[in-house]
Amino acid sequence: MSAGTLYDKVWDLHRVADLPGGGSQLFIGLHLIHEVTSPQAFAALRDLGLSVRHPERTVATVDHIVPTTSQARPFADPLAEEMLATLERNCAEHGIALHGLGSGRQGIVHVIAPELGLTQPGMTVACGDSHTSTHGAFGAIAFGIGTSQVRDVLASQSLAMAKLKVRRIRVEGALQSGVYAKDLVLHIIRRLGVKGGVGYAYEFAGPAIAALSMEERMTLCNMAIEGGARCGYVNPDAVTFAYLKGRPHAPAGEAWDRAVAWWSSLASGPEAVFDDEVVFDAATIAPTVTWGITPGQGIGIDESIPTLEQTEPDERPIAEEAYRYMDLRPGTPIEGVPVDVCFIGSCTNGRLSDLRAAAAIARGRHVAPGIKAFVVPGSEQVAAAAEAEGLDAVFRDAGFEWREPGCSMCLAMNPDRLEGRQISASSSNRNFKGRQGSASGRTLLMSPAMVAAAAVSGHVADVRRFLGPPTDGAPSPTAPAALETAAIRA
Amino acid sequence: MSTTPFPSGPILGCRGRGVSVPGDDIDTDRIIPARFLKCVSFEGLAEGAFADDRAERADHPDGPHPFDRPEHRNAAILVVNRNFGCGSSREHAPQALMRWGIRAVIGESFAEIFFGNCLALGIPCLTADHESVLALQGAIAADPAAVLQLDLQPPAVTLLTGGEPRVWELQVADGPRRMLLSGEWNGTAQLVAHDAELRATAARLPYLSGFALG
Repeated sequence: MSAGTLYDKVWDLHRVADLPGGGSQLFIGLHLIHEVTSPQAFAALRDLGLSVRHPERTVATVDHIVPTTSQARPFADPLAEEMLATLERNCAEHGIALHGLGSGRQGIVHVIAPELGLTQPGMTVACGDSHTSTHGAFGAIAFGIGTSQVRDVLASQSLAMAKLKVRRIRVEGALQSGVYAKDLVLHIIRRLGVKGGVGYAYEFAGPAIAALSMEERMTLCNMAIEGGARCGYVNPDAVTFAYLKGRPHAPAGEAWDRAVAWWSSLASGPEAVFDDEVVFDAATIAPTVTWGITPGQGIGIDESIPTLEQTEPDERPIAEEAYRYMDLRPGTPIEGVPVDVCFIGSCTNGRLSDLRAAAAIARGRHVAPGIKAFVVPGSEQVAAAAEAEGLDAVFRDAGFEWREPGCSMCLAMNPDRLEGRQISASSSNRNFKGRQGSASGRTLLMSPAMVAAAAVSGHVADVRRFLGPPTDGAPSPTAPAALETAAIRA
Repeated sequence: MSTTPFPSGPILGCRGRGVSVPGDDIDTDRIIPARFLKCVSFEGLAEGAFADDRAERADHPDGPHPFDRPEHRNAAILVVNRNFGCGSSREHAPQALMRWGIRAVIGESFAEIFFGNCLALGIPCLTADHESVLALQGAIAADPAAVLQLDLQPPAVTLLTGGEPRVWELQVADGPRRMLLSGEWNGTAQLVAHDAELRATAARLPYLSGFALG
């Protein structure tokens, strides 16, 4: 059983009571809400005659259903308009801050809470969205919840929860040029599986993690849930504190020093005990692309779609289903697979550094004929910062559309969606069947820079070929995956 | 679509026909595609249950999706394989299943958020080993009209046929099982009642006071 980890310390601090059923009641420090999973929770609250216990610890924005072309009200889609109007009504009635369209602070919930300094180390963060794991990048314990639990948090600022086990994922070495946090997390999920994290919180640690920026850590923790782990986190350090300093909701003055001391005290110490540990070597990881219908079906850009013989026996049925659905033959190199639509954005990869990495590839190049490519900043602040440094012009000149902030084609609850059997290169987080809005649409997950490389190539391409003048006419070779050390200690 | 009342009070088990939806890693986008989430109420979600999978199977040589087969109409117990309900946290997924008529799910394993969402609706998710699940799915295929009796104390499912009943042991963690048996699964009132404990917890979290002194 884990002890002395950040997870244990934050859990103990927030444990309100032990429940007769066997779980614990956990205090929630920050409750983020949005238009999709909150309306029924407010309705239930009303039915129970309860009020919001801590409206000042509840923050709302609108992201899933907003169009990214014209955001003028009322929306063309009456259902989307009704959802936003309901959120506005609920927030007004209960005194909850809503960062709405045009406020300068609207955006994807997992992008705006960090950039406003709302997400801080040592907090518990809950939101009716599975990618709430993103906030673990700050050393918060953050997890997605369903609507009944949104109701519970609104009513009591707490939840009934069972404690998770803790697995440390140590990543040694350094990521190569052209390999990003997205590749790292796709690689981890490929190795540990989409069910590997069920029952665990993932602590990401080691030199390769310490070297990541906060935005990269958010990408990593964002997809912990795709590996089955309800939350993932990184211990807070100087990188975390530098990011937070000066943000609107961050402590200031003497309170800042007290905050840093408290945050630092929560990190897993050398004496921490983990239920499990896995070790990876960052240097062996190549740009990674999914070829199938789960985020675990990923391969390096220099690999081919695995054959059934190369697939673990119990993974073969889903591999066969993926071959059929994706219409991709086993043994085919992933590089060169043609794409129709290229999407840069989402709570995984819609931040400024993501747009910069993609713009570096797009600059001076042009989207290939017949390809629809578009960039959706993760928030109004990201959009403003990108525009201030001219990234919008870089993308437009290269033939990309530059859109308004929102969840966009990650999940197709808005007008952005695939049509028919279109295949997308996407910087989002899920390649499930039908995920991007067409029941037969297909998704290849990859980093934003890889999406840009696919857009200008017309097919899946190795981004390393686009980075600077190659010294010997070819990208640096990657070590075979077999060299990776993935020792699992029980 | 079911006319059985939604779960309430203590859940001791349930009884009804079974329906198998085989396959690993069936995510919540498949259980309820995102377009059905454009709503401010859960009513009417039943028609969205597995909507795209059902459409895909409409003219399939192997026949329609299990949810479209007449012999599974009014089924109450869903039998699935590994990592059922992975992906999005949308409670719309168990809501759609519940409104279709499902009152319990038996599988090899469940994604955590889905499990918690089911628990919050009073729908037990119980696990069994691979062989038992395959045997149960086989028994449902052989006799779709057979009634299953699911019990939580002890956790087991019994296939009631004309002959000797067949019994499979099931697993469910003690906490959720007790919450279902006691009716505490619908625990908002209990959480709210811990007012003093909530205040005490808030008082020891320095960020709630902006890291003010004392």
